[in-house]
Amino acid sequence: MLVYVLRRILYTVPIAMGVSLVCFALIHLAPGDPLSAIIPEGASPETVAQVRAAYGFDQPLPVQYLKWLQHVVMGDFGNSIMTQRPVMHEVLPALANTLVLAAAAVLFGFALGCLFGVVSGYLAGKPTDKAVTAVSITGVSIPHYWLGMVLMVIFAVELNLLPATGMGEGGSGTFGLGWDSLQYLILPALTLSVIPAGIIARSVRGTIAEVRKQDFMQTLHAKGLPGRRIFVHVVKNALPAVLAVMGLQLAQLLGGSILVETVFSWPGTGFLLNNAIFTRDLPVLQGTILVLAMFFVLINLTVDVVQTAVDPRIKRA
Amino acid sequence: MNRRSFMQLLSGASVAAVSLMDTELGQMVGLGAGPAQAQGKPGVLRVAMTAADIPLTTGQPSQGAEGIRFMGITLYDGLTRWDLSKSDQAAQVIPDLAESWTVNPQDQKVWTFKLRKGVKFHDGSEFNADAVVWNFDKLMKQDSPQFDQAQSNQAASYDANIGSWKKIDDYTVEIATKRIDAVLPYNLAGLFMSSPKRWEELGKDWSKFAEKPSGTGPWILESFKPRERAEMVRNAEHWDKTRVPKSERLILLPMPDANTRVAALLSGQVDWIEAPPPDAVPRLKSQKMQIVTNLYPHIWPFQLSYLDDSPFKDVRVRKAANLAIDRDGIVKMLGGLAAPAKGMVDEKHPWFGKPTFEIKYDPEGAKKLLKEAGYGPDKPVKAKFIISPSGSGQMQPLPMNEFIKENFKDVGIDLEFEVLDWEALRARRRLGAWAPENKGRHGINNSWAYWDPDIGLIGTAASFAKVPGGFNWGDFNDAKTDELSTKAKAAFDPAEQNKILAELHSHIVDQAMWIWVVHDLNPRAMRPNVKGFVQAQSWFQDLTPVSVT
Repeated sequence: MLVYVLRRILYTVPIAMGVSLVCFALIHLAPGDPLSAIIPEGASPETVAQVRAAYGFDQPLPVQYLKWLQHVVMGDFGNSIMTQRPVMHEVLPALANTLVLAAAAVLFGFALGCLFGVVSGYLAGKPTDKAVTAVSITGVSIPHYWLGMVLMVIFAVELNLLPATGMGEGGSGTFGLGWDSLQYLILPALTLSVIPAGIIARSVRGTIAEVRKQDFMQTLHAKGLPGRRIFVHVVKNALPAVLAVMGLQLAQLLGGSILVETVFSWPGTGFLLNNAIFTRDLPVLQGTILVLAMFFVLINLTVDVVQTAVDPRIKRA
Repeated sequence: MNRRSFMQLLSGASVAAVSLMDTELGQMVGLGAGPAQAQGKPGVLRVAMTAADIPLTTGQPSQGAEGIRFMGITLYDGLTRWDLSKSDQAAQVIPDLAESWTVNPQDQKVWTFKLRKGVKFHDGSEFNADAVVWNFDKLMKQDSPQFDQAQSNQAASYDANIGSWKKIDDYTVEIATKRIDAVLPYNLAGLFMSSPKRWEELGKDWSKFAEKPSGTGPWILESFKPRERAEMVRNAEHWDKTRVPKSERLILLPMPDANTRVAALLSGQVDWIEAPPPDAVPRLKSQKMQIVTNLYPHIWPFQLSYLDDSPFKDVRVRKAANLAIDRDGIVKMLGGLAAPAKGMVDEKHPWFGKPTFEIKYDPEGAKKLLKEAGYGPDKPVKAKFIISPSGSGQMQPLPMNEFIKENFKDVGIDLEFEVLDWEALRARRRLGAWAPENKGRHGINNSWAYWDPDIGLIGTAASFAKVPGGFNWGDFNDAKTDELSTKAKAAFDPAEQNKILAELHSHIVDQAMWIWVVHDLNPRAMRPNVKGFVQAQSWFQDLTPVSVT
């Protein structure tokens, strides 16, 4: 097991290299020039050339990439072109804010998803199942952005129960566990939780319905086991498949949502990426994407390890 | 379903949701605007900006005009400034940290500026000629210890023609331009003075200075958190007592999504929002929000290519295109938040002049001109324009362009679009129509400003002002334009300069140099308890007279 985990951790190195290379290439393939965001119209050709050289954009692309990589290996992700602040000073606070949002969304999404899935799976084919399935499909299909706006209109503008945007009166610096802060979390977290809730509900329903059709279930019933005990068996058998789906959803949520964070002005990685994309802030884009990619890899690894732990049938060499 | 119709459907759904809230649900639950979640406090002005981040705080702000509006003229002063106290005329440049200036009659490149005495930075240090020289070094002298690349980038369009600067005495500086340039006082309004003492105290580190900046402006930055908020407090010691802020505190919140800004205003989270979307205005008005609009030096045009492959080389085609557009229809589509254009500058502007070509909606006239130019129903004009789905000052570019495409089709111009995101479009504008990337593109839809003679008229029209370095994207090349531009650059009397610029403007309108469509009316919305704001005809606005009761 330990060897397996170590090997998986080693795999992250080529994955990180691949991600950074693809990200670097994509950014440079996309039309636009980072200089157009930082130099006003009408700057002289000499100024443009001087600035291009100052940021190293006059170098051939492979050289730019290798230089960046060299610095990253030393732990230096460079400075934002737009703000001059170190990239890690931008990414880490944003990541912390996204984690807060993702954790709340996970809580909502997983709880709702599991509840809906179990009810649906147990009542497969019945009207309740159909109704719950319809709700789940709506959850998966509904555009985040639109739902966020509608929730904001209802709860912030009309009913005036919750604030519309931001992380609180004092911003993320004063965010805590009190209602003053948490009320800012509800709308974005709820918006963000709808898709995972829908996906998890569908997946839990399918798995539970499948497990309940298997022969051993008949044996358990024949043995006269109470429903409660049988439920434990159902959950045990369904868990590995559901965990895999949850892991992916968790990783998705941690990646932040560009649209939801922008709608709610939530200062997380999605908001950061959105701004960096529009301003062609290459160091911030590369740094953020690399950090997020590493998160994905680590979460997948964690899920694999947990899956193995809960399901002895899965053997890891 | 393509992406656009999908987005329209979504926005339609959102509007429908808002309308539903207006009527059924609101009545059903018996709630109008209930007790707001986060009501403001008297004396605290909370502003939602369109920017996604706090502009640079060190002196020369990032984020274009919005950066200068909220992080430039708030914390800092320049040698000159825009007079933003009047709403009924175009904003003029007036003395600020420089009380007066003269031009050397023997060498008109050399200017002498007399500085204001008794002005102090927020840290208590004195503003004087040394500070001016230090700040110019900060922007333009790359080997000076205080040279700051980030600020230098932002200042590039204002200091491009400044050649040298020196101290004459403690309150006098001499500035020499590279070429004779009567536009210098306009440019100086965009160069801001940071405190040398604060920079020294903070270990000569601009990133530390950014957290605790010191200027001479009417506001003092108390704190800021990237992408979240900036808080400023009133500078009660500001040298100009008429500009000591009426509000105690100013909070700036980045909110790039327009619908979010509307929701934040309606729910009481902010007192003031920039650029509400036109379709939200009726709703805002119904909730007693103030909608403030005014003309300002903004134009929504198509800048045209004059290369050999461009149909717009022929003035008849250019005029026809200008006559083909139903501007009143566009204004109606925009909920009245625009004014039809009659040229680059608005009709009331001192530079408008007396053009003989009247820009109006005349499809028959357009067809006639196209026929004269050799086009007709069997042989339409074929043109391709670069447009963007959004961007600073771009208004509602997709529906507006679709509208114009239909207008053009009616008169026999087949228009095709290349849609690029805002920064990509700007990058293509920097390259000029002749760049290989722009081959086959005959126009670019880049909203434009005319706040000073360079950006508005001379830089866009003169053949010596091609991009990069100038703003002439399409290679417009006209002897009379060049002659008038050179004359305006050497006209040091503002009245005389305005006269020449009016002549220049009349000429480029008669040449139908660009296709001019509408002027934005610069809408902003504020809660009913925001008082005292005067919306100047400018991209910049003064927040000092604003109070929140």
